[in-house]
Amino acid sequence: MARHGQTLRAESRPPGAVATAAPPAPQPGLLAPGLLTLARWRLLAMHRNAEVGHLGGNLSALDAMMLVHHEMLGEADRFVLSKGHAAGALYVTLWSRGLIADAELDTFHGDGTRLPGHPPARGLPGSRFGTGSLGHGLSLAAGLALAARLQRRAGRVFCLTSDGEWQEGSTFEAMIFSAHQRLANLTILIDHNRLQGFGTTGEVASLDPIGRALAGFDVEIREADGHDLAAMRRALAPGIDRPVVVVLHTVKGRGVPAIEGRLDSHYLPLTEAQYLAAILGTPGTTGDEAGPGENA
Amino acid sequence: MRRELCQALVAQAARPELVFLTGDLGFGALEPLRDALGERFLNAGIAEQNMIGVAAALASEGLEPWTYTIAPFCYARAFEQIRNDVCLHRLPVRMLANGGGYGYGVMGPTHHALEDYGILSTLPGLRILVPAFDSDVGDVVAAAGASPGPVYVRLGRGELPAGCAAPAYAPWRRLRSGRGPVVVAVGPMAGIAWGAFAQDGEAGPEVWAVSELPLALSPPPQAFADALAGRTLCVVEEHVAQGGLGQALAAWCLTSAAALTGFRTVTAAGYPSGTYGSQGFHRRESGLDAEALRGLLA
Repeated sequence: MARHGQTLRAESRPPGAVATAAPPAPQPGLLAPGLLTLARWRLLAMHRNAEVGHLGGNLSALDAMMLVHHEMLGEADRFVLSKGHAAGALYVTLWSRGLIADAELDTFHGDGTRLPGHPPARGLPGSRFGTGSLGHGLSLAAGLALAARLQRRAGRVFCLTSDGEWQEGSTFEAMIFSAHQRLANLTILIDHNRLQGFGTTGEVASLDPIGRALAGFDVEIREADGHDLAAMRRALAPGIDRPVVVVLHTVKGRGVPAIEGRLDSHYLPLTEAQYLAAILGTPGTTGDEAGPGENA
Repeated sequence: MRRELCQALVAQAARPELVFLTGDLGFGALEPLRDALGERFLNAGIAEQNMIGVAAALASEGLEPWTYTIAPFCYARAFEQIRNDVCLHRLPVRMLANGGGYGYGVMGPTHHALEDYGILSTLPGLRILVPAFDSDVGDVVAAAGASPGPVYVRLGRGELPAGCAAPAYAPWRRLRSGRGPVVVAVGPMAGIAWGAFAQDGEAGPEVWAVSELPLALSPPPQAFADALAGRTLCVVEEHVAQGGLGQALAAWCLTSAAALTGFRTVTAAGYPSGTYGSQGFHRRESGLDAEALRGLLA
């Protein structure tokens, strides 16, 4: 399956993660910075192996996705990836939880894969919904949160949206519904990397600053550095009586200097040289990982 | 059919998994259901895309969501949610669509549903139910509720001819026998066709009602296939020709080598005069009325 020689498959397998049926229960502090680095390496290797892009929005979302899955997402909880183009980050996150085997990551984007460019509708452990067309995930998440309430179940629902996705009217339909229903078990994460397909969010159809744009809704809005684990832990604390919106200030292409903050990171794959530079200088080895204090 | 719908769902209201979402419609009809369901009756507001997405998620958690709105606001407005969130996941969402065909009459073309089941027939596993008579609604609700996958229910107004008794519900029903052409009509149009030929003798047309689509999920019964030999088949539907039952049956007849002597369709013509009126007015403009059918098949 491998279409490229430069992968880190063997080196990047997390300890004990061989597609077990029951990953360890999430707990605060479980996500070690080293595992985050490993996941980033594996994401880069997977995309490089498949020779596909969409890396920018995966890298901006990876830290938050890893944090939610490793420290917050228990059996009663749900996660909806509304920004389906961050499928690679989702797959790697599920891999890091032992829900996808390492070898399967090498099928990413290939014929006969369970891991297409956007999450599949059925058959992938740990991923309930196929997404990719933007503007669907928040309604799905709201429905899950409502279901928990109607079924008198505990459990939180996390929904990760992009920032450009808020240009979709259906996202606002879902926001109105979630706020009106006071779905306090719903936490909406916005990956605010400020870059979309063909320009910055400010240039294309500005809602910036998005936190202020959403302030008119009866929700609790929080902001955090989307690459600072400690800050995200605080911001992702459960809501009290309303949905929580966490605006995550992120960097598109985070951890890959060649594409960080660059528009072309939305689509273009890494070149061989960019890939090698990213691996050799990847965060965690160069010190731009969140520091020990932040990760405590 | 709204009254019958409400009664049928109220009868099931004690089932804790049943959840009803309306797109801010149902005033004057659904209040008993609202009262019976309590918190499980949700007015999702004028936001049909969200309503379908929410319903998909409810279904994924084992609940039984029913959505309700005017037909085009469901299949047209929220098509992508129906396709992606409901059908791709094979989730048992029951979508109630009021005002099939020209049902909203002079309310105008934005409220008409002339291409709904053609479009929806392209989606995987989606069962389409079109009750023909008011008395069908209870059975249709039961059939939808028992369905393991997604369901779209096209509601209209029953057109039971005077002096006729509606037969028990079935996906395909022979309403009258006759040696003449075989007329097959979708949903309430079956009542129109039945009424058109009700007084004819044995030499008159044979009339069938179809209430379930697509043919892949509800194929014609053997009795229907047997009736076609040496006869003309005429398909009558309040739906555009493209994607309608007529085209589907034409393909089915070719595939099954039905020995027809002729094939006709009568379908919704849109708005040929550029003017608007009642459901009856639009049906007449399309030839979807008893007089036109008699003229066509005389």
